[in-house]
Amino acid sequence: MSTVTAPQPAPTAQAPVGPAVQARIAWRGPVLYLVVALISLVFFSLLTPGEDTTRFMVSTRDDFVEIAPFAVPSRATALVLSVVALALALWATRLTTQRRKVPTWVPILFGGLVLLAFLVWVMAGNTNALPLTILLTGALTLSVPLIFGSLAGLLCERSGIINIAIEGQLLGGAFLAVVVASLTDNPYAGLVAAPVAGALVGAVLVLFAVRYRIDQIIVGVVLNVLVVGVTNYLFSTVLTQNPQSLNSPPRLPTLPIPVLSQIPVIGPVLFDHSLIVYLMYVAVAVLQVMVFRSRWGLRMRAVGEHPKAADTVGIKVNLTRVRNSILGGAVAGLGGAALVSAGLAFTKELTSGKGYIALAAMILGRWSPKGALAASLLFGFADSLRQVLNNLGSPVPSQFLAMLPYLATIFAVAGLVGRVRAPAAEGIPYVK
Amino acid sequence: MKLELRGITKRFGPLVANDDIHLTFESGEIHALLGENGAGKSTMMNVLYGLYEPDGGEILVDDAPVVFAGPADAMNAGIGMVHQHFMLVPVFTVAENVVLGHEPTAAGLGGLIDLTEARRRVREISDRFGFDVDPDALVEDLPVGVQQRVEIIKALSRDAKVLILDEPTAVLTPQETDELIAIMRQLREAGTSIVFITHKLREVRAVADRISVIRRGKVVGTATPDESEQQLASLMVGRSVNLGVEKAPPERGDVTFRVSDLTVIDPVGTRVIDDLSFEVRRGEIFAIAGVQGNGQSELAEVIVGLLRATSGSITLDGKELLGRSVADVLDAGVGYVPEDRSTDGLIASFSIAENLVLDLHDDAPFARAGSLSPARVAENARRRTEEFDVRLTSIQDPVSTLSGGNQQKVVLAREMSRPLRLLVASQPTRGLDVGSIEFVHKRIVTERDGGTPVVIVSTELDEVHALADRIAVMYRGRIVGVVPGDTHRDVLGLMMAGVPLEDAERSANEHHTTLGEADLEARTARSEEMTT
Amino acid sequence: MTATESLVAPSAAPPPAPAPGERRSYLQQVLDSSWVTITFAILMALVASSVLIAAANAEVQAAAGYFFSRPGDLLGAAWSSVFDAYSTLFRGAVFDYEATGLRRVRPITETMTASVPLIFAGLGLAVGFRSGLFNIGAQGQVLVGAAGATFVGITFALPPVVHLVLAVLAAFVIGALWAGIAGFLKARTGANEVIVTIMLNSIAFYLVSYLLTTSLLRQGGSRPISPAVAQTATYPLLLGPGFRLHLGFVVALLAAVAVWWLMERSVLGFRFRAVGANQSAARTAGIKVNLVFVLVMLVAGGLAGLGGAAQVLGTDKSLQASTAGSIGFDAITVALLGRSTPLGTVLAALLFGALRAGSPLMQTSAGTPIDIVQVIQATIVLLIAAPPLVRELSLVHRLAALFGYKSQEARS
Repeated sequence: MSTVTAPQPAPTAQAPVGPAVQARIAWRGPVLYLVVALISLVFFSLLTPGEDTTRFMVSTRDDFVEIAPFAVPSRATALVLSVVALALALWATRLTTQRRKVPTWVPILFGGLVLLAFLVWVMAGNTNALPLTILLTGALTLSVPLIFGSLAGLLCERSGIINIAIEGQLLGGAFLAVVVASLTDNPYAGLVAAPVAGALVGAVLVLFAVRYRIDQIIVGVVLNVLVVGVTNYLFSTVLTQNPQSLNSPPRLPTLPIPVLSQIPVIGPVLFDHSLIVYLMYVAVAVLQVMVFRSRWGLRMRAVGEHPKAADTVGIKVNLTRVRNSILGGAVAGLGGAALVSAGLAFTKELTSGKGYIALAAMILGRWSPKGALAASLLFGFADSLRQVLNNLGSPVPSQFLAMLPYLATIFAVAGLVGRVRAPAAEGIPYVK
Repeated sequence: MKLELRGITKRFGPLVANDDIHLTFESGEIHALLGENGAGKSTMMNVLYGLYEPDGGEILVDDAPVVFAGPADAMNAGIGMVHQHFMLVPVFTVAENVVLGHEPTAAGLGGLIDLTEARRRVREISDRFGFDVDPDALVEDLPVGVQQRVEIIKALSRDAKVLILDEPTAVLTPQETDELIAIMRQLREAGTSIVFITHKLREVRAVADRISVIRRGKVVGTATPDESEQQLASLMVGRSVNLGVEKAPPERGDVTFRVSDLTVIDPVGTRVIDDLSFEVRRGEIFAIAGVQGNGQSELAEVIVGLLRATSGSITLDGKELLGRSVADVLDAGVGYVPEDRSTDGLIASFSIAENLVLDLHDDAPFARAGSLSPARVAENARRRTEEFDVRLTSIQDPVSTLSGGNQQKVVLAREMSRPLRLLVASQPTRGLDVGSIEFVHKRIVTERDGGTPVVIVSTELDEVHALADRIAVMYRGRIVGVVPGDTHRDVLGLMMAGVPLEDAERSANEHHTTLGEADLEARTARSEEMTT
Repeated sequence: MTATESLVAPSAAPPPAPAPGERRSYLQQVLDSSWVTITFAILMALVASSVLIAAANAEVQAAAGYFFSRPGDLLGAAWSSVFDAYSTLFRGAVFDYEATGLRRVRPITETMTASVPLIFAGLGLAVGFRSGLFNIGAQGQVLVGAAGATFVGITFALPPVVHLVLAVLAAFVIGALWAGIAGFLKARTGANEVIVTIMLNSIAFYLVSYLLTTSLLRQGGSRPISPAVAQTATYPLLLGPGFRLHLGFVVALLAAVAVWWLMERSVLGFRFRAVGANQSAARTAGIKVNLVFVLVMLVAGGLAGLGGAAQVLGTDKSLQASTAGSIGFDAITVALLGRSTPLGTVLAALLFGALRAGSPLMQTSAGTPIDIVQVIQATIVLLIAAPPLVRELSLVHRLAALFGYKSQEARS
């Protein structure tokens, strides 16, 4: 609806603004905030035994600067966190009743507070300390394949091709990375090979989508089945026949960044990784700029939003889609390489649904690279927490933590955490 | 720049959309292409703009043959086009839309767009023609009139020497149309040739230097603007046509349909319909006029129950319609002809027979105990299609195999197949050929004469004039005024821009619009014909 | 890109009806029919997969080493590896000509058994596809349905018929409700059902994994597997103890008939199809589109749940987190191959059931891993989805072109 003044202003027709009838208030947001804050208050703090303490461990022994583990009283800490969260929720409710916009930092801060309260509760009374550095390092490492995967998804979808085949691209990338790295005994060769496999899957996807105009969701799903079938088959045959030469890849070496990696907590978490993690940093930063500020990005988004408009100014719609899908596939292939970068041998269905989580991260991140990064980190964190708690023991069954990314995505697409808007021409074949 | 089409032919399967077209567009003239919907005008322009590849013939620029592999080639040759459906990316800014495809990039920054330069380009052209367009506004936030200017800026920023305008007035008020005409003349003075595609006779006579008429894919003749409307119309349609609708004065009955204090606020908070009230009597046609996007379509949707109202009341025969489901409203005797028959009125892949029971499929005799009777559905289809003269091969064919006019007949046949207490028709003749328009108008008048109150929503003033017994003009969700059916188009035009009735009448008498004058002339000519 | 663009025709154009005076030749009709496309797609998928089969064969690899001295060896080895694989596949799936007596026909009953969950889940997906809902969630729906059937099967002690009916009903209801979540969210919030059902698949997996650690489903024992369901709750065997074919197969065929009636002859099905073909026209005609979303998902989930019940009550007898296997994803390919019609779905399920039933024998006798089945399946569906590709690849169509055959694409 237009809110800008029409070319012919007609002040005489402007009626006094009617006070009686106003738009409905969207209550969904505030209600969600309040419910979560109350859950946090009741379950994470009030129901926690008063004498429990929660122990945190910040640094590991071989860190440059050592910080001693510390303990906090569980109930009191969770109480403080929950009360602040509740205050935020009430404030957001007030803003909504006044029809004002809730600033974007509110959900971020709110989420952080509730998450901390949860951690305090989950480790309350546990004799072990929660190793924060390990938790965060794990979160980052586990999120790298997801980040590449969701970048792949957005490269395709921003140009109008739905990429459900991220799963297959990750799997193909991982497979080829393992085989090539094993054959050459060089982990970097695997890193170079992985994108080729991903790009191949992307090329088949876009061939069917553009040339035969088949529903892209169908092709994506079937391609996933195909890649699973082919890699399973090759694993059961050639890889099992020659495990030494084909399925024992070397590990991608860790390259600590001088000085930066020495910073306590931040250093080991961010700057003490293998090349693939640094590639991820670069990919996110470069794509964030390129998608929204460059000629390439403008054209790609035009193709995904209004392909006919792009065509009429001389942009080759289908060529753009083909290029983007192949590039996207290659990026997802890198994600596959990241999955096995620790020198893992290939196993059947190694990706175990990570491609679908990456798809979810892309949606949750609203089709932007930095959003994909944030959402993937969140999912990586959930995964890392699950692994850490599995070792330390916790009151939450690990299956529930494993469900978290999927639940978060359902909440996201159901519009509980803001509206998501996909590229308008997504999934529609372009026909002149 | 001189542009020539020589023997252009374009086929889609067995259909010949353009048949051996010969046309020359001289520089510095406004050349109108007049033709009915479906005559092949747009196909031809798409060929000229490199979107379609012709099956035969050639295009010459300044007497040299050229081949356009795509729009980029056409643009490079100096051809610009303002499409009927704007080719603008809604989520981009004006500047981004204008530079798309020939983006200025900042030096040494690897393809990053120079937005300052982009804005400058927009401002430069915008200032030259007095457009007043903000380069940083999001296109989706702009009114259609402004979006059209963005399209013109887009073409001019590529140094277009020939500007093709495809049905540019469809979305404008008469006054906005006047401004567009001024712009067209300004461009002509600057040496740009303008190809003006339309099916509206008055506009052609008001603005064109030369007129070519297209019928069924062929150029059937050229004319000059001083030709009468009647002559142009018969040239366009291929037979003599009656431009008006013959109808008796209405026999008004009781008020049975009432809308009071109706307000609709959309999820973004815009008042789409703002405190609206009106009444319709049995046996009269009440037309809602206005520029597209002023709440008329929403009004029709609220009446039928497709859109929820925020407050107010709509009663039919004393019963409240608001808050009831679409099915309930239809059961209460409301017939609804939706604005867009292909998306809302018909299911393209369903058979003609199935489409004829789309909203009756669960009523006796078509269904019993949850089970459908294909035999009765088919029997109904045979009767209806005969009554409404639907030209078809088999009632089991998908409805998409029918022409637009026959598709609309299917919609009418379905909606009028039960006793109606109210008929709501939104843009009932959009995109139809003259023959079908006559048929549809006749059926609507028949329905009125049978005593049904009829609400017509139309953005076409010609249609409003042809059908309406009373006209309500809507602007930004409000009714600016309710006037008699024969109110002059200049008054209606001003009201469509939000000017209240009295002011509109006064200022219409002071300044006639170009089209309004043409209208007056035409009426005088017609009444003279009648008297002689 | 000129090649792809030249293929492009106006999408709104009516289907290529023969122009007046032009009649399609017999050859034309036969080569354009979907049966020919399907048959060719299956053959091509088998040929493509045979490349993989041969390449992974040790003898073929050995023969490839001295290809230039004796090329015949390579071809011979390749042929025999492919022949071995496909003939054992046939023996395992249709008719075992090397066995004796009744055992010779056992394979075909195994195929029918394997097809049961695919028929159910495929029918569910077909209902969704025709109603415009892209339900990727059969996997999860099968699993929760199986869990529901298992719960009733191991918890209650009931008389034979009642117990079975109750267990099957439980599977239907739980599958329906699980899928209903996606339908409800789509109706209420517009949430894309593709994403929601994908997410629900994973959630179902973790949920059932969790329940298998609790007393609700495990009831003792240390492995995450449920005890066997009571004899009273199992589908009775149709052909006696020598064969695994159970009553579930008959129920599946009845379900296919029911789905045909629902979609083609019922008021509800008319609404489903209307929503599937054009939502806004359906809404304008007074059909409650949101309600249809929920109902379609309930029906689809219920059918998938029945597939889960058939797996537990008919074949496996107990529940694991891996009970659903790849049924849900295979069912997508089944529904696609079956063009979302009940008869097509049943036939496609039988074909893929045959691949599943025959592959173990192929693995043990010919040494070709069962994973090749997934490759064949996916390739068939990809090819089916793109008839022009099949015609481009087909030698028969190429030959026919010499005798005046023109593909549909070339004609339009």
